Amino acid sequence: MNTLIEVQDLSKTFTLHQQNGVVLNVLRGLNFSVRGGECLVLHGQSGAGKSTLLRTLYGNYLPAGGSIRVLHEGQWLELVGAEPREVLTVRQQTLGYVSQFLRVIPRVATLDVVMEPALGRGWDREKAKARAEDLLTRLNIPQRLWQLAPGTFSGGEQQRVNIARGFMVDWPVMLLDEPTASLDETNRKVVLELMNEAKAAGAALIGIFHDVAAREAVADRHLDMTPVEMTTKELLQC
Amino acid sequence: MSAAALLKDRQAERAEPLLKVHGLSRLYGPEKGCQDVSFDLYPGEVLGIVGESGSGKSTLLSLLSGRCLPDAGGIDYRRKDGRWVDLYSASEAERRTLLRTEWGFVEQNPRDGLRMAVSAGANIGERLMAQGKRNYQELRAAGIDWLSQVEIDPLRIDDLPRTFSGGMQQRLQIARNLVSGPRLVFMDEPTGGLDVSVQARLLDLLRGLVRELDLAVVIVTHDLAVARLLADRLMVMRRSRVVESGLTDQILDDPQHPYSQLLVSSVLQS
Repeated sequence: MNTLIEVQDLSKTFTLHQQNGVVLNVLRGLNFSVRGGECLVLHGQSGAGKSTLLRTLYGNYLPAGGSIRVLHEGQWLELVGAEPREVLTVRQQTLGYVSQFLRVIPRVATLDVVMEPALGRGWDREKAKARAEDLLTRLNIPQRLWQLAPGTFSGGEQQRVNIARGFMVDWPVMLLDEPTASLDETNRKVVLELMNEAKAAGAALIGIFHDVAAREAVADRHLDMTPVEMTTKELLQC
Repeated sequence: MSAAALLKDRQAERAEPLLKVHGLSRLYGPEKGCQDVSFDLYPGEVLGIVGESGSGKSTLLSLLSGRCLPDAGGIDYRRKDGRWVDLYSASEAERRTLLRTEWGFVEQNPRDGLRMAVSAGANIGERLMAQGKRNYQELRAAGIDWLSQVEIDPLRIDDLPRTFSGGMQQRLQIARNLVSGPRLVFMDEPTGGLDVSVQARLLDLLRGLVRELDLAVVIVTHDLAVARLLADRLMVMRRSRVVESGLTDQILDDPQHPYSQLLVSSVLQS
């Protein structure tokens, strides 16, 4: 399979202007690439920057330097320094992101929340609805909830609605931030199945999984994110 | 047209900017007003302008919509027929025509954007009449259609706007603007004067309409939750200048400029 995402010398710093300008170097000199059908698992302790890396890849955090290139509609596109509208089309067509948390939009029904990525790509409503209903059924969201806005659902239900939304369309590259965390055994199996289906369909997956069983079920490679000691020069800059 | 064909059509249209703004300045005093603002706006793109009161947001909106003239800088707009117009060298009449056909302006206070002395139906029909539509049945049908699109009971078509609640008045103002099928809509704090439950409903409505009609929008707001829900990208203004711009969720989750960081961290978490 082809390489679908390639990261070179990626770094991310946070400058906290409200806290005496403290500079945090969270990511430094990261290099990796992921091929279609492959799952790269981010490895490292809490605070090592795993979620920061996923958010940086998605364009949610602004990289300090380096390069993130994705194969978008047959062409390589550099995401570092890309225009907002370019990032938005990449998010619509190429790059999916599933976290544990659903950002609820007031008054929008569960079924519509799940269908949205497909409608954004121009699917017709019937086809999108059939796929959304299938996913919600697989993830054990009772049918009586489908027409309700997920704002009042339990944490676990919201998480599963978010997963259904995340797997609604095929993404060439998927970023997964602990999608199986705190799910019961039955639902965790469903999510693992969905991830393996995505891999079989040729997606490149980059994920964080604290749960060992989940990690073993999908991982092909690991990226070690143990923080590297800073050089004296860098310490002086801080 | 099928959904996929419609999407393709939109993508072709979206490849070129709708509005090119370069070096726009208008100062009322040192750091009062706005200076040196440049950006391109593409079809279907929603640009949010955020910042504290007095940072120049509303001045910028007045300049963009051609309501006032800049000290320096200019705007080019690509019309429906594909012709580019230099906004400030166009005649006053031409600017006014644009503002009531291809553009819309939603005021913070609906009383400034509505005609309070005529019925809801007449408010909606006004732009169509200005475009030469005179058939009473058609105008009335458009009125009924738009009232239901903005979730107002069509039976209220003959009522005066002052008998409407604040939220209904705001929705009527939106209908009045969108009836002419504009491509670009300016909004000045559209949810500003409304209570929270009414705000959520209006936002949801706006979000749906913006997508469905593929509108380009420039929206001024001080409410970051509104910005997150509606805007694709943001410009943060402070003391007449744009201090940061970028993708909405990036600005809100990873702001770079000291002022943007202060703005984002000052919001109460609910």
